[in-house]
Amino acid sequence: MSRLDVRSIGMSLLAPAIAILLSIVVTTIVIAAVGSSPGDFWSTMFEVPKPRLRVDIVNQTAMIYIAAVAAAIGFRMGLFNIGLEGQYTLASFAAASFAGAAYLSGWANVFAAIIVAMAVGAIWAGIAGVLRTTRGVSEVISTIMLNSIAITLVGYFLNNYGVKEGNSVHTKNIEPGTSVGGFAPFEDRDGEIWTLAIIAVLVGVGFWVLLNKTRFGFDLRASGQSESAALASGINPKRMILISMMLSGGVAGLIWMPAFFGGARNYGTSFQVGLGFLGIAVALLGRNRPVGMLFGALLFAFLSVKSNDLTFGTDVSPSIVQITQGVAVLAVVVTYEVVRRWRTRLEQRAVSRELAPTTEATA
Amino acid sequence: MRRLTKLSAVAAVAALTLAGCGGSDSEGGGGDKPAASDDVCKTADGDGPKIGLAYDVGGRGDQSFNDSAYAGLEKAVDEFDATCIEGEATDGEAESAREDRLRNMAENDATAIVGVGFAYSESVNAVAPDFPEVNFAVIDGFDPDEEANDNVAYLGFAEEQGSFLVGVAAATKSQTGTIGFVGGVNNELIQKFEAGYAAGAKAAKPDIKVEVAYIQESDLKGFGDPAGGKAAAAGEFDKGADVVYHAAGGSGSGVFDAAVEAGEGNFAIGVDSDQYLTATAAQKPFILTSMLKRVDTATFDFAKSIDEGKPLVSYKVYDLKADGVGYSTANSVIEELTADIDGYKDKIISGEIEVPTKP
Repeated sequence: MSRLDVRSIGMSLLAPAIAILLSIVVTTIVIAAVGSSPGDFWSTMFEVPKPRLRVDIVNQTAMIYIAAVAAAIGFRMGLFNIGLEGQYTLASFAAASFAGAAYLSGWANVFAAIIVAMAVGAIWAGIAGVLRTTRGVSEVISTIMLNSIAITLVGYFLNNYGVKEGNSVHTKNIEPGTSVGGFAPFEDRDGEIWTLAIIAVLVGVGFWVLLNKTRFGFDLRASGQSESAALASGINPKRMILISMMLSGGVAGLIWMPAFFGGARNYGTSFQVGLGFLGIAVALLGRNRPVGMLFGALLFAFLSVKSNDLTFGTDVSPSIVQITQGVAVLAVVVTYEVVRRWRTRLEQRAVSRELAPTTEATA
Repeated sequence: MRRLTKLSAVAAVAALTLAGCGGSDSEGGGGDKPAASDDVCKTADGDGPKIGLAYDVGGRGDQSFNDSAYAGLEKAVDEFDATCIEGEATDGEAESAREDRLRNMAENDATAIVGVGFAYSESVNAVAPDFPEVNFAVIDGFDPDEEANDNVAYLGFAEEQGSFLVGVAAATKSQTGTIGFVGGVNNELIQKFEAGYAAGAKAAKPDIKVEVAYIQESDLKGFGDPAGGKAAAAGEFDKGADVVYHAAGGSGSGVFDAAVEAGEGNFAIGVDSDQYLTATAAQKPFILTSMLKRVDTATFDFAKSIDEGKPLVSYKVYDLKADGVGYSTANSVIEELTADIDGYKDKIISGEIEVPTKP
């Protein structure tokens, strides 16, 4: 048994290793094909990041990780919530509006705004959940549509009720006392690691506890693996779908909160789009496991942040890292499948070897 | 579950890659990127000021906003031996990425740094105080807080004045008495174009009818949706319009196609850069003129002010007087109208006509 354990750990590391190798190879080929120097690219990318980039990497990792956990909650249940993008856009806008209105002050305002964000994210995802449970609408379709609606809604509200400044509109600035900032590990001008990046840690630990230590987590995993088996063991699948959808949306609502209270001041040009989709990719990369996704988020954050250096040191476009990221996700899924099949075949062979003498005896 | 994973992997990869295609730059368009070797920054080695140019999403090759800034940079390199350094934005990048780009340029000894697009307003505001010896400029930008920066220039444009002139052109050219306007997104900025256009048309022909359509109410997608632009323009041609002006960035190519399909005698008017020069051969005869927003003038002007040791600071609006907006005469069809248009131009410059900024 222990021999098999060592082997299975080796195999589970094999797949990500192959995937990363593959994405490096593909990126290199693409860069060479467009006539740039892959050597320049990799030496720039693997250079030790400057202090301010190290800060940025930590901050970005936190946001991407929250997004990945939000996606993973759905995945573990067998739900494909592509609506993270719309959920966190709408939630961030709502939280920023609420915090900007300054009904409360200081930390109370921060906590209340975070709750608003979670509630809005959960409700928006809940719409897709209700459609799925009552009308049988696939959440893939409904969440894509809800993404569009959310972005249009936010634009409408901003145009009609936002603060206009120059050519842009944004929500009301939050009071300086409400911004909780962060701590600067290096010099001040190198930036701060956002205080609320701690949300990522809490969400990660919470996700692990929820999955492995609670009844709900068991129900969730059971429903994800086999709906009929879950039903047979007394789990109400509709309730599970709705709850996990809302939970996923609620966590999605948190995605931008670290940046918002870390210095963004308002929902406007500094709002970062695309984190929802990155989260889905990282959840796949990390196989929906809390630790796996942490490495995935770190890798993606590192690639995105470091890519800025490319424009100065090389003639490679920074957009190239999107290829690296895409290939990594695709390769991880493919290699896992290949490794899984190979492993099944090994196991089958082992079983047939065990059984072979008995069959001969009976024959 | 496994099928779901595979499905979602494909979708996620598609989302990642497609996100790269759908540049939602507010004024951008598509097009071939010029080869990196054409880059003037690779060869420039004069002893003039070092200029940093931080592009908006879309970067060089957008045939519009960013390319126009680059043209100004090229001129600066030519005229006073400037050297330069460029930085490209990626879609959906973090605020910190913009800041990092600007800091990189300042640390690489750039003395004049231009952020192309108002998205740089916040990041310039954060970076400028750390580099008091460097001068910054933001195209279309604004100061986001109360503390004035004494090393930042905010370079805006009087889009309504340029639009007024093409409004005159449209109304004078129109046979049917109806003209059209297609906006990308119904926001403050684009309403400026509409207001100037309508005012110009009314000034030339008081009884002219102006059909107005916006592709999107608020979604920035309206600037990158040629199909939507075509539908909106086709609707206006159907209602009897024979000249349609667009302020819809990349959606404009759809407007040009609609003019082509409407047939001879119908025209479209381009925006930002001289779109006659970048249009397809089929579209060219139908592009009456383009409203020019001279980002190149602003960029060059700023570089020049640094070279002369009198750096631009605070707000500056590039209007007709400063040659910051205008119209193009690339298509010879416009020639019979230029005398008329230039008459209005002089009146705007002298202040006799005041162009509204709201429809």
